[in-house]
Amino acid sequence: MHNRTIASLATGLQTGEFSATELCRHFLARIDACNDTLNCVITTTAEGALEAAQASDDRRANNAALGELDGIPLLHKDVFCTAGVRTTCGSKMLANFVSPYDATVVERLHQRGAVMLGKTNMDEFAMGSTNEHSYFGPARNPWNTEHVPGGSSGGSASAVAAGFAAFATGTDTGGSIRQPAAFCGVTGLKPTYGRVSRYGMVAFASSLDQGGVFARSAADVAPALNAIAGFDPRDSSSSQHPTDDYAANLAQDLRGLRIGVVREHFSDGLDSEVADCVHAAAATLREAGATLVNISLNETALTVPTYYVIALAEASSNLSRFDGARYGHRADNPQSLEDMYERSRSEGFGDEVKRRIMLGTYALSAGYYDAYYGKAQQLRRLITEDFARAFTDVDLILAPTTPAPAFRLGELVDDPVNMYLSDIYTCAINLAGLPALSMPAGQSASGLPIGAQLIGAHFQESRLLNVAHAFQCRTQHHLAAPDTGAYAEISR
Amino acid sequence: MEISEVQKIAHLARLSLSDDDATRYAGELNNILELVERMNARDTDGIRPMSNPLDATQGLRADEVTETIDRELFQSSAPLAEGGLYLVPKVID
Amino acid sequence: MTWETVIGLEIHVQLATKSKLFSGAAIGFGAPPNSQACAIDLALPGVLPVLNAAAVSMAIKFGLAVGAQIARETIFARKNYFYPDLPKGYQISQLEAPIVGPGHIDIELANGAQKRIGITRAHLEEDAGKSLHEEFEQYTGIDLNRAGTALIEVVSEPDMRSASEAIAYLRKIHSLVRYLQICDGNMQEGSFRCDANVSIRRPGAELGTRTELKNLNSFRFIERAINFEVERQIDVIESGGSVIQQTRLYDPDKHETRPMRSKEEAHDYRYFPDPDLLPVLVTQASIEALRTELPELPDAKRERFKQAYELSQDDAHQLTSSRAHADYFELAASTSGHPKLTANWMTGELAAALNRSNTDIVDAPVQAQRLGLMVARIADDTISGKIAKQLFEIMWSDERPVDALIDAQGLRQVSDSSAIVGFVDAVIAAHPAQVQQLRDGNTKVIGFLVGQVMKSSGGKANPKHVNQMLRTRIEEQTS
Repeated sequence: MHNRTIASLATGLQTGEFSATELCRHFLARIDACNDTLNCVITTTAEGALEAAQASDDRRANNAALGELDGIPLLHKDVFCTAGVRTTCGSKMLANFVSPYDATVVERLHQRGAVMLGKTNMDEFAMGSTNEHSYFGPARNPWNTEHVPGGSSGGSASAVAAGFAAFATGTDTGGSIRQPAAFCGVTGLKPTYGRVSRYGMVAFASSLDQGGVFARSAADVAPALNAIAGFDPRDSSSSQHPTDDYAANLAQDLRGLRIGVVREHFSDGLDSEVADCVHAAAATLREAGATLVNISLNETALTVPTYYVIALAEASSNLSRFDGARYGHRADNPQSLEDMYERSRSEGFGDEVKRRIMLGTYALSAGYYDAYYGKAQQLRRLITEDFARAFTDVDLILAPTTPAPAFRLGELVDDPVNMYLSDIYTCAINLAGLPALSMPAGQSASGLPIGAQLIGAHFQESRLLNVAHAFQCRTQHHLAAPDTGAYAEISR
Repeated sequence: MEISEVQKIAHLARLSLSDDDATRYAGELNNILELVERMNARDTDGIRPMSNPLDATQGLRADEVTETIDRELFQSSAPLAEGGLYLVPKVID
Repeated sequence: MTWETVIGLEIHVQLATKSKLFSGAAIGFGAPPNSQACAIDLALPGVLPVLNAAAVSMAIKFGLAVGAQIARETIFARKNYFYPDLPKGYQISQLEAPIVGPGHIDIELANGAQKRIGITRAHLEEDAGKSLHEEFEQYTGIDLNRAGTALIEVVSEPDMRSASEAIAYLRKIHSLVRYLQICDGNMQEGSFRCDANVSIRRPGAELGTRTELKNLNSFRFIERAINFEVERQIDVIESGGSVIQQTRLYDPDKHETRPMRSKEEAHDYRYFPDPDLLPVLVTQASIEALRTELPELPDAKRERFKQAYELSQDDAHQLTSSRAHADYFELAASTSGHPKLTANWMTGELAAALNRSNTDIVDAPVQAQRLGLMVARIADDTISGKIAKQLFEIMWSDERPVDALIDAQGLRQVSDSSAIVGFVDAVIAAHPAQVQQLRDGNTKVIGFLVGQVMKSSGGKANPKHVNQMLRTRIEEQTS
């Protein structure tokens, strides 16, 4: 049941093959069986989920109006505020923080009848690419539990791959949806900046963060995106650009479509198995009728440092509110105000967060603004213009998502520079605010998933899902599921 | 970055670091700064800085009271609150 | 050995919007702690700011009223520092591209001359909450009701050369923001706050090191604080020391300034454009629309009163001290048809009554139309000026219409000759000696005789008519 599409589950509910409550119990049992090993869920909200599932069944029984995702189980990345339910952001700082309000993303999915099963593990405050920087311990890749699921939305990606929910939410600032999607063999979409409301999504880097979706196929991502996309007056960066019905054009013909492949991406740093998968994807898309074109993105080399300066500067300021005064962790017996600030923050934040706060603070400090933040903002314009130029020639770009498949646990946790460099294919997209998705495109010889990335122009999510769907109609990579039998525990 | 500078930055960010931590961070931060130096390879004279990737502009909100405040609820997660006030160690002005 | 004082002022004007600058929480003084602090004001994880349209309009109106350039694109910036009354750990303010650029305001010096004080800029920013240090022994209590309230910070050029110039400038700005109805100007409640930057130098020399004075919440305190600080700095320098750049608090009990401990270290605010807010575009059309909404400003109104109503500078100044006064005057004057007499009554009896009862003119029991009608009745001889004073006192506590009160109290002046002649003749008959003195040329004695008629008529006889009639009757009786 947990490998079925959302459409299939919806049909099952409609025909009475199973009830929403049964569906809910099934997924809760999956979580129960595998979470001790995979550690992708921080908080399971079984009681609330069963209540919501029952309410869904009642609506169906009473012929009341049904939401588009009525009864479909989901998980929320623990960066989204959920009223009455702990929202930890993977941090000791918020380990016991119960939000008094719902994020807009949470609200909208709830309004459509989706059933929240719990909150997923993540790198602390969305800062990381491996989900090893979590106060609640690392999440693991369900394909090989010695490997990372990716980050920062590692918990959500891993959970969807392992069949813990029909879909999950995530956030992506420099690749935090796409990279774990690639590592875990699922489809992950980061929408255009401003497409999805950031209200209630705890901020990492305000001008880069965007909420999105993990599911096992583009066809499943579409209804979830329909639920969350659209203007929110509570978010000043939210766009009034009209939304599409993202499921409407999935089956559109690809003929006449021009897809660019970037020369600069295929360098020494790219694992050959990944390169092969991307080339194979290009061939598949060509067979489907698209025209594949070689293009150049000249500013590629600048993207990682530009991204990190901007992201870390914004983050250093966004995290100042975590001071132990009004909520969150406060150190014991503070001797003075300064002591309260310093000890609460030093105890509450992990190493990677502290590193980033310090670098961000440095980049903004007196005398350094022009050289770092100011410079990066200028480079951001150049990088954005580079993409804009490319999109006058092609409609979409096909690229690797990551330089290599999932690393081993512990491999990069103490090597920030190399960890940052692994964002090379994803972070530029956030700088330019473009929509992009990662879809399963193959496996390494060692059985680890490999993803391919599709990048669109602003507000072209329909087109991205259309091309991914066309690819998924011709390939079976997205249908593969990890064998969790090795570690699943029979429920007590 | 020197250790003393790391400590200064840490204080600006209200983080307290032991000398060992400061040394370790100094090393890591210097490595990251080397990465960041790559930005200087590109000339950006006259390029307008970009803060929003869509060059969007700010919308305005009508001047209305739209929030009802549930102080009990908000203060239920407070580390220390009394009489409706949040309490922190005494500050001397 | 003369010293020149250099003063610049930063005024924080709390805008009279209904909701806060970036959230939809209510504002207002004196509410229970944290009852006006919503999720955004508390800086809960995940919340975001959205800009209040009215605050922008009010800032633009201020800019237009001081002749300043209005920014066509204005940017909000984060000013980062840690303090418990600043929940986000940064204040949303403006650094580059403030909404209001350079402008000016003219003040009147003691000698009557005008002086132009430059305004460097005015920008929008959010207010911080309040720290309460007195309530708990070991703790400071934080109330975030005020956090997020819209302010404009008005920064002057260091153009003022004395405490009295500073006060004149402050009063001008204070009056202006109330005229514009963008601020209630209540200094005790903190809606109008001032910090003063004070330094001294030898005339012609470079600017000296300045100190910043805070906690100045009345015009009197500001004057005293500045004067104290100038003396202090002179003492320091003349005894061989140098002035330390620091922030000092004014202590109103000890009448002195002392350094503020928590502000001792220099702050690195790490300003950068707030990425949660986008650049605000201000169109020329919207600026022009706001320009048409500007009320007649105090200076223009005062000049018009002088011309149109032939008022003295002093009277015009007093009557335009607030929009409420000015509006009251114009309504009363148009009702009475006698602006000068109306002005006298307002600056005299009305002002005294308001003062005595500690009432604001908007709450005066005698409103403009009633006063106007009363003045009209003096002018048309229905009542005498003296009687009017009695009437005014009665009107203060009795709501009934003016004419009704005149009749009820029997205050009508008697001007009818046939009624007066009886009193006059009786007095002439009763005081033959004084009558003879008058005939002999002692003009002063007429006052006594008029007084006697007034007494016997219970004050009701029209004194002008009495005077006339006495002379006529005495003359008639001579022949």
